[in-house]
Amino acid sequence: MISLQNLTLAIHGTPILADVSFEIPQGQISGLVGESGSGKSMTALALMQLLPQGSVVGGRITVEGADIFTLSESEMCALRGNEISMIFQEPMTALNPVQTIGAQVAETLFIHGKASKSEAAKIARQMLDRVGLPADRFPSSRYPHELSGGQRQRVCIAMAIALRPKLLIADEPTTALDVTTQAQILDLLQELVAEENMSLLLITHDLAVVAGMADHVAVMRRGELVEQGPTEQLFKTMTHPYTKQLFEASSHQPDRVGDAQGIPILEVKNAIREYAAPRTKLFHRPAPFRAVNNVSFTLMRGESLGLVGESGCGKSTLTRAILGLDPLQGGEIRLSGEPVLAGEHMPTSLRKKVQIVFQDPYGSFNPRHKVQRLVMEPFHLTQAPENSRDHVAEALETVGMEADAMDRYIFEFSGGQRQRIAIARALVLHPDLIVLDEAVSALDVSIRAQILDLLADLQTRLGLSYLFISHDLTVVRAITDRVLVMKAGEIVEQGSTEQVFTAPKHPYTQQLLDAAPVIPADWQETKHA
Amino acid sequence: MIRFTATRLLSLSLSLLMASAVVFAVVEVIPGDPASYMLGLNAAPEAIIALRNELGLNGSLWTRYAGWVTGMMTGDFGTSYTYRVPVSDLIAQRLWVSLPLALFALLLSMLIAFPVGLIAAARRGKPSDYAIMGITQLGIAVPNFWFAMLLVLVFAINLQWFNAGGFAGWENGLLTGLKSLTLPAIALALPQASILARVMRSSLLETLTQDYIRTARAKGLSRAQTLRRHALRNAMIPVLTIIGLQFSFLIAGGIIIENVFYLPGLGRLIFQAITQRDLVVVESVVMLLVFAVIIVTFLVDIAYAAVDPRLRSGR
Repeated sequence: MISLQNLTLAIHGTPILADVSFEIPQGQISGLVGESGSGKSMTALALMQLLPQGSVVGGRITVEGADIFTLSESEMCALRGNEISMIFQEPMTALNPVQTIGAQVAETLFIHGKASKSEAAKIARQMLDRVGLPADRFPSSRYPHELSGGQRQRVCIAMAIALRPKLLIADEPTTALDVTTQAQILDLLQELVAEENMSLLLITHDLAVVAGMADHVAVMRRGELVEQGPTEQLFKTMTHPYTKQLFEASSHQPDRVGDAQGIPILEVKNAIREYAAPRTKLFHRPAPFRAVNNVSFTLMRGESLGLVGESGCGKSTLTRAILGLDPLQGGEIRLSGEPVLAGEHMPTSLRKKVQIVFQDPYGSFNPRHKVQRLVMEPFHLTQAPENSRDHVAEALETVGMEADAMDRYIFEFSGGQRQRIAIARALVLHPDLIVLDEAVSALDVSIRAQILDLLADLQTRLGLSYLFISHDLTVVRAITDRVLVMKAGEIVEQGSTEQVFTAPKHPYTQQLLDAAPVIPADWQETKHA
Repeated sequence: MIRFTATRLLSLSLSLLMASAVVFAVVEVIPGDPASYMLGLNAAPEAIIALRNELGLNGSLWTRYAGWVTGMMTGDFGTSYTYRVPVSDLIAQRLWVSLPLALFALLLSMLIAFPVGLIAAARRGKPSDYAIMGITQLGIAVPNFWFAMLLVLVFAINLQWFNAGGFAGWENGLLTGLKSLTLPAIALALPQASILARVMRSSLLETLTQDYIRTARAKGLSRAQTLRRHALRNAMIPVLTIIGLQFSFLIAGGIIIENVFYLPGLGRLIFQAITQRDLVVVESVVMLLVFAVIIVTFLVDIAYAAVDPRLRSGR
């Protein structure tokens, strides 16, 4: 039994956690849910005693009755990886790139003196087998860069459970993974908890994930626990308004009616996009890799079309071709009837008809420019008008920002505000089509709900067409009229969103829908009562 | 890894071939006749004809280039016009000074830089870090010939531990030889060590912010273990780049220091050959230096691959 009693934390004097108390019972899964900045990761790092410099903690954390705040650093090292282990969100960077996976798992064993080097290697092998990385396909001599994200997360899990810890902390373990991979990793964690009688502290922003996994849930906001209890009971009652708000935001359905007119705005016909594959022999050119294979669809004026698929399916490649950034090797793309060509060949008058909003509101702005300049950027396609400030102000007001935001730098804004600015940037030229490439994927659920409302509202007001690209099925369902499902460069299914989601025809679509975590329907009904 | 080495070797041979063509072409495009250029304005016509024959300038461009390249491959670099000895002998003699000096300086530079960079990174923001950053800044700023003269003043003239200049030769024993290279090596190593230490520090600090460092800590490794087992090797990649650049510089760029200490090295040889218009020597030494730089680049590439498995699959 691990228990947190009145845990407080301040970093360089800024309060981060206030009075956090909960218990993690042996052999059960405890969910800790909250939005970014709520302090859930800091709670985990406090449990590991790996807090950043300048941290001051208060209260008690006890493991089997012993207060870990009284332990020395070397005693804490003996505890970490042994009694309490942790896996992190980003499996792509969580492993040392220059060591083999076998060595990294074995290290956990011999660093704690639990095994000699050769024994450790043997046990590491068993652990890798255990987490679903069999020796014939994943020998211990593999390096992390030879594995996919999901496989790397399995290695991290093998590393963390090698010494059969009492508690495994999983901090957003599947947030960076595709939905089918997420389902596999969550299954694995659940199995391990049952088999090893281990406790799992599952930290996530996704209510659906905890709903399907956890025995207990604690909801966190601004460093405080607002509500906790057994999962089903908590979902059914939702005594705290914040829990309710979080819940509603996560399944938020913006008010919109599809208003597709019969005029095609974007036509993609038999599009083929190939990349040169790397040479393996000196005088032999290998067959090119076909990232987009014979894709055809039409997007109507005023329509919102979803493009769904897992990473590597070719959706970003297709997007680049639609934006006229990369040439096609076959087929054609037409925007308002005119052909889309890559690079200089595409007239700017056509380019201004399509704009894009990217996923990462932090990385997609030049930090050295003020918002005015950032929003004005698309004007290089046309010639900045005399009253460009007015245009920027108008665009900002359209997305619900104050016009005086334009004199500030981008770092002064939150993620949600930045995404509004990104939308303003896309709107400033009054385009016909906006490509939204995972535009809400990096946002918290409550912010996401606001942005979805904004997008729905803009579409109604301005008659925009959207191409909405996402891996998140809930979001696609909420904002699109029609949906395309893409797999390995091909569209495997398309149809009206409702139809595809309620009666998927292609096995891949069914697989995607099955893998997506959902809150049980009978838990949801009671919330209105 | 074998594949990677093979492709690197191939690109090395190609670079050498291209470099030799460029060096040859540069000598060819000097206006006028190399023989009359070498002999100066007042040379007798017979002397010029004799030198032309000696240099083999009467053949076609291709036969001369092919002759030069095949000659170099067999160790025949031609005969120096001013010294009247085979250029290969001259180079071998000088190389025995310059190469040990470069290696000595590089070794010193690494011996100083690695621990210093490590300490600065491990104690980031503490007084020892600030002190190291200050001293290395100074080390970069001080011109090395001035530092060399300072060394001579203190250790050769005042303390009389070392000779002020000249090279004792290896035939009098390894230690004697090393002793006469010590002050020049220190003078060469100081700025290099300062740069290397700073690169080491920033590379380590960068590495320490990586996610896998946090993973290692979560496994139960102490700070020191994490640094040793996970950060060091990853931090070596930019450091290797700098080491490669420094070695190339040290082989070719020791001219000033060789002059301050009056060492018979390659730098001095090329300097003298240029003032005496000895084109045969200039051509050969330049080619040799190019060769050295290319070999070092090759070795650094191999070292990258040894450190980082991601590079081994070859490009």
